[in-house]
Amino acid sequence: MTNTLHRYGNADSFNDDYIIFAIPSVGKNDEESIPKLKEFLRICTKHNPVNLGNGNRGSLAPDKSLSPTVHWTREVNPDWNQVIEGVNKPGTVSAVFANKEDAEACLSEIIEADFGISVNMSTSVTNAKDAAKNCSIKRHSVEYALAFNDPHDHLPNSQVLELSTMCGHGMISFNLARKMLDMVREGRRTSDQAAVTLTRFCPCGVYNPIRAKRLLEEASKEQR
Amino acid sequence: MLINQNKCVACGNCVAVCPMGAIYVDQAKNRATINDDACVECGTCYRGMSAEHLNPTFVRFVRKAAKFFRFRFEPEPDVCPTGAFEMNELQMPRLIRQIFSDPVVEHKSTGIKGRGTEEVKTNDVSARVRTGEVGYTIEFGRPGVGVRFADIQEMTQTLAKRNITFEANNPITHLMTDVKTGDLREDILGEKILSAIVEIKTKLDRVEDVLRIVEEVNHRIDTVTAVGISTRCDEEGEDNLLAPLLEDLGFQFERAKTNMGLGKITNRVTLSKVENINV
Repeated sequence: MTNTLHRYGNADSFNDDYIIFAIPSVGKNDEESIPKLKEFLRICTKHNPVNLGNGNRGSLAPDKSLSPTVHWTREVNPDWNQVIEGVNKPGTVSAVFANKEDAEACLSEIIEADFGISVNMSTSVTNAKDAAKNCSIKRHSVEYALAFNDPHDHLPNSQVLELSTMCGHGMISFNLARKMLDMVREGRRTSDQAAVTLTRFCPCGVYNPIRAKRLLEEASKEQR
Repeated sequence: MLINQNKCVACGNCVAVCPMGAIYVDQAKNRATINDDACVECGTCYRGMSAEHLNPTFVRFVRKAAKFFRFRFEPEPDVCPTGAFEMNELQMPRLIRQIFSDPVVEHKSTGIKGRGTEEVKTNDVSARVRTGEVGYTIEFGRPGVGVRFADIQEMTQTLAKRNITFEANNPITHLMTDVKTGDLREDILGEKILSAIVEIKTKLDRVEDVLRIVEEVNHRIDTVTAVGISTRCDEEGEDNLLAPLLEDLGFQFERAKTNMGLGKITNRVTLSKVENINV
């Protein structure tokens, strides 16, 4: 199973979570694909994405030269240009959207741009089917995510899973998700701050800070 | 991965950050320490944490004073205050940990980042999974558990005995000494990684068989597994075969990755070779 399919939750919980990504195929359409991938991302930025990624970095990345005042003055500005300019070889580029309207409007413009590169949408089965229908295209192939097999009870509760699995590569630990949940519950961080902290650990830029904020707020109102 | 013991101030921020829970604060040394056997070299601590580069002696003094007065200084949870993490050069077999665990490291065998291949993400140009066929990505270790190659081998050997063939271009297949038996290289069997994906393909009538094998083997290996299962849609963009079958078999699926069919073969050489390809 691949990265964005790891997102844990029921179909309704993906209504604020749409990922559209483009991927050139080695030997088929990877030649001269870099300008197309950059243009793909530029189109995505016009439709209110909540994150953008190029396989090496997302729009909110760690900073290796912070000053001590960062604890009070840290800026949070997604940097779309760094992601776009960072595309330097054929590979997956992606954008995350927090509602159906933005995702479908973006898909529609991508169809019109006709890059000739494979484009996938990762969300609930129904959301993607509806998006294809509303954009007047036919789905080519579909990969379903089956539930995790965990016969030895390794996995944590659903709140922690929902937060941590939004980095499909597994770079957001269960312990960090728990820590952020606790910090929000105890009023030591806002849900916005906690969501941004989690987002910075996702190097591919597929983490959804808006969904994370919602999950943190929902979880802070109930204990499990 | 290394933590520079001269820089570490034992703030503990990195303990929560590690996806494998491999970092702890050694109380005797008062320094963060890595359990090398549990570490999968994913680079989350080194790459994912921001850094401040403060003077370690000063930070230790402040922390000691605050501790005495029972103050809690609460730094940003994703920051290493002294930039204490260092990436060391790895050799085989330990290098295999990084290759399978760090998502920004490219697999030499596939030319792409990640633990799998293009799968059906490019099926509109690769025709990898054709009508009537089913593709599987059987993943081990994710989320958040990790897996050793010996456990992956348990699965590949079992699948091979049931006459399942492996995707030739997959990184795990590249590590097999015999694709007919599913045996992996002996020198890596004890290595732990964050995750790996085995890719196979069958006809529709073997779906239940394969999914039951995965469930059954998972009971014998100490990790989690997750299966992605894919199919080619019909001319109307519908899947009237696999989804109904999965529902009949009692498997739940909420999320999917949908290939929208916008890809075209545009490479000049490939185009001339595959004019007759049926995708």
